[in-house]
Amino acid sequence: MTATPGFPLLEVEALTISLPARGGGWTDLVRDVSFSLAPREILGLVGESGSGKSLTALALMGLVDAPGARITGSARYRGRELLGLKKREMQLLRGAEIAMIFQDPMTAFTPVYTVGAQIDEQIRAHRALSRAGARARTVEMLGEMGVPDPARAADRYPHQLSGGLRQRAMIAMALSCNPSLLIADEPTTALDVTVQAQILGLLRRLRRDYASAVLLITHDMGVVAETCDRTMVLYSGSIAESGPTDALFLQPGHPYTAGLLDSIPPLHGPRPRRLPAIPGAPPSPAQRPQGCSFRPRCAFNHAACLDPPPMLRRGRQDIACVLPAEGRDLPPRPMASFDAPVPA
Amino acid sequence: MLMALLGRLGQTLLVLLGISVLVFAVFFATPGADPTARIAGRNASPETMAAVRHEYGFDRPLPVQYLRMMDKLFVTRDLSSFVDHGQKVVPEVLRAAPVTLSLVGGAAAIWVAASVTIGTIAAAMRGSWIDRGLMMLGLVGISMPVFWLGEVANLVTQSRYHHSWLFSWVPGLGYVSLWRDPSGWFAHLVIPWIVLAVLFIGIYGRVLRADLVASFDEDFMRTARAKGLSDSRVLLHHGLRTSMITFVSLFGLDFAQLVGGGALLTEVVFGLPGVGRLTYQALNNLDLPLIMATVMYSAVFVVLANAVVDLVYLLLDPRTR
Amino acid sequence: MSGGGDLLPAGPATGGLAASDAVARGPVAPGPWRVAGQALLRNPSAVTSMAVLLLLVLLSLLAPAYARYVAHTDPFMSDVAATVSLHGEEVPVMQPNHNRLHLGLTPIGPTWNPRADLLGADNQGRDVAARLLYGGRNSLLISFCAAILCIALAAMVGICAGFFGGVTDMLLSRLMDIMWAIPVYLFAISLSIVSVSQGLHLGPVTIRSDSLLLPIVIIALVYVPYAARPVRGRVLSLRRAEFVTAARCLGVPRRRILLRDILPNVSTTLIVLAPLVMALALLAESALSFLSIGVQAPAASWGTLIEDGTGLIYTRPAVAIAPGIAIVVTVLALNILGDGLRDALDVRETSRGRS
Repeated sequence: MTATPGFPLLEVEALTISLPARGGGWTDLVRDVSFSLAPREILGLVGESGSGKSLTALALMGLVDAPGARITGSARYRGRELLGLKKREMQLLRGAEIAMIFQDPMTAFTPVYTVGAQIDEQIRAHRALSRAGARARTVEMLGEMGVPDPARAADRYPHQLSGGLRQRAMIAMALSCNPSLLIADEPTTALDVTVQAQILGLLRRLRRDYASAVLLITHDMGVVAETCDRTMVLYSGSIAESGPTDALFLQPGHPYTAGLLDSIPPLHGPRPRRLPAIPGAPPSPAQRPQGCSFRPRCAFNHAACLDPPPMLRRGRQDIACVLPAEGRDLPPRPMASFDAPVPA
Repeated sequence: MLMALLGRLGQTLLVLLGISVLVFAVFFATPGADPTARIAGRNASPETMAAVRHEYGFDRPLPVQYLRMMDKLFVTRDLSSFVDHGQKVVPEVLRAAPVTLSLVGGAAAIWVAASVTIGTIAAAMRGSWIDRGLMMLGLVGISMPVFWLGEVANLVTQSRYHHSWLFSWVPGLGYVSLWRDPSGWFAHLVIPWIVLAVLFIGIYGRVLRADLVASFDEDFMRTARAKGLSDSRVLLHHGLRTSMITFVSLFGLDFAQLVGGGALLTEVVFGLPGVGRLTYQALNNLDLPLIMATVMYSAVFVVLANAVVDLVYLLLDPRTR
Repeated sequence: MSGGGDLLPAGPATGGLAASDAVARGPVAPGPWRVAGQALLRNPSAVTSMAVLLLLVLLSLLAPAYARYVAHTDPFMSDVAATVSLHGEEVPVMQPNHNRLHLGLTPIGPTWNPRADLLGADNQGRDVAARLLYGGRNSLLISFCAAILCIALAAMVGICAGFFGGVTDMLLSRLMDIMWAIPVYLFAISLSIVSVSQGLHLGPVTIRSDSLLLPIVIIALVYVPYAARPVRGRVLSLRRAEFVTAARCLGVPRRRILLRDILPNVSTTLIVLAPLVMALALLAESALSFLSIGVQAPAASWGTLIEDGTGLIYTRPAVAIAPGIAIVVTVLALNILGDGLRDALDVRETSRGRS
């Protein structure tokens, strides 16, 4: 892995999540995923739906409850093993040390309680505060997340707030106990583009104002480019490529990363008549092809791909592909498409 | 808001009107049978027949008959039974109502407590043998005819095991007023309460478990767990509270139906002189005015209860406000 | 798909095409009915309940054979002077009471001998076991026919309301609301009392008051709202489904959409509802018969048998308990079968039972 400065906040090693397969044996939904996250770092976890990115996050939170699921490997938070942690100890960590926000702020709040009551509840679960004390903290957090008239907003029911305000309230709730790690699962997917930019700006500010590290899960390369220090690309449950965002966008090492980047229309320069798309669809976890999972969809598919791809180092990037070893690096890309900063 | 309430009120009135027309039609406009003979009862004399025909206006067109009947039921309230020597029907129904209310109220308390407990335990332990066992028990409860269960309960508590320590306190069948003898009231009603509650414990336990299990897949339940709340708080404070919305609306309807006479079979088996048993006696005497009055009374009660349920719904689910 | 990925030719241009070819060349998937049938047969409790129901039907069909060749009795003739031979001696069916005054007669209790009043006799000296089998015929027949009739009516109401919408929907839905506001048993009692006393005369057709048609029609009618609501819901959601929208955009006539797209999809809801409605109908039939406004004497049903046993409940409890157990077993089997069908057919919109 990339050498991150300082003591890692989170270190995941060989995380594998499997379900019992129909004919006996196991189907790996997430396979041998390793990464680490430094304090105040923003790591983007990118992949198509079904690539295992949300499942990875849920496993870190101890929230995988598919019947019979098996989780192996290790995930250490500040040196403490999270996998197999006792229920009670995990509850103490959840919400206080590691918080999570979800994709759809409409369905993520319990509909029958006010937003404020739900934030109060989290604060009081972890801090010995009075009702009024918790509410003061709630209002303060809502205000800091840019919710106008926070005291009144706290008394609103979730359905009475707009999508953007709901997601701000969700982030306020997640941050209410000053977690060191925030896991954001597609936090902007359900929002309008303008609101999306505001929420991403908010996430970027967190490391400065709250010293939080963020694990940002998304399928949107544009969101990653705007927000993340480092990027990890998942394909069919395994890491395809990881590295600093700028390096990875400048010269992707894995054909899948390149395909994802190609499918974004460039902001500058001539536009292609038709956006290139990656042909086919990702395999289901039960029916992965032999060797490299991406092989059937890959333009560079050749005999060497029938073996499982090695994880290779190139510069600051880790690439699960044989191409760099064969001296057939993918060409660098013009940086122009991503240098336009989006105002926060 | 006011418009919505007015609209709801208008709808309620419309349904009430519809019910009264339907009930009237069932009793007096069924083709091919002479309502006079039915009201007069078995072997009525020609004089009685003539009196009935005149009083209800059976020699007049149907709408007139309908209006006259509604007048007798709701305005002058002097609808009287011909079988039972001119006994006024409406006061009789009102006298029986407290008995029914006692029976249904107690049973409702039992079934709500028991079904919430069973449903929550089964949902919390879903997939386990306890879950399967409880749900099977619930299904057995749903499958038992209440009058049969009542007879079996009588057999056990009044005869076979009446002299054992377990049931020696059970008094003979019948009813004692709450105001006259509170402990007697309780002792007379405990067994009927349980028997009446069994069916509903089965239904509500199963419905609640299904709702709760479905709620485990909801995003907000995941959020609640991600907040670091304990499993029991997630289950009770978030899952159960949300599932209570359906639960309460079902409860309102069933409660109203039972108070309105749906508890007839239980009242008959335990000799409780409530509205249902009134209907039963009228049934044996072929006393049509009395049956019609009880049916009308129950339907009115159900419709009013529906309106109350809608109001409670507003309180329980902020999304409907 | 079937692991055919290994054989795919290389190259991005053909990748997608090849993949879809693989789908087309794959084995034909079994139809939805077949899948549901197999799922049902894999469900042990559903299979057990079907076996139990089959056994009950078989037993009640054998009622005359049992009465004639095993019990040697006429279960519809009251005979207080009859005797049965037990352990080689003739025992009177109606025995004098053992109270101090030796007043009255008590029928013989269960002998556990199929040739001599297996489950005892009722207060008219009739063989309870034989009457139980005959009663099963009526109870099963009435509840089955009532369920079929009810489902048919509910399908008509629900499909009309859901498919045509507008005024039709409003009128039908209001009518269902009104019917459903009257407690089911009270409604059934009202309909029974007006028809049972003198029968029904609909123009040239006369239904006698002891006809089984009366309870069938009455029970079917009162449960129509119960069954129509989920049908309407299903039709409404189908009408908004994309494949129906697509058919409408293609200009497929409404009749054809109704027959080809809506009906087959509603049928799963109807199939799941059928055993549940039959369970409710059986309970309603027994309640009406218990109140002596269902099956009329001398015919028997499980409900009338319980009524016969009510007077004997403390002395000869078997007379009332046996038919009750028959009802519980049947209704339980029907409910389990309904649950099994719902799981197998993956239908969610079913309503719940109500007394």
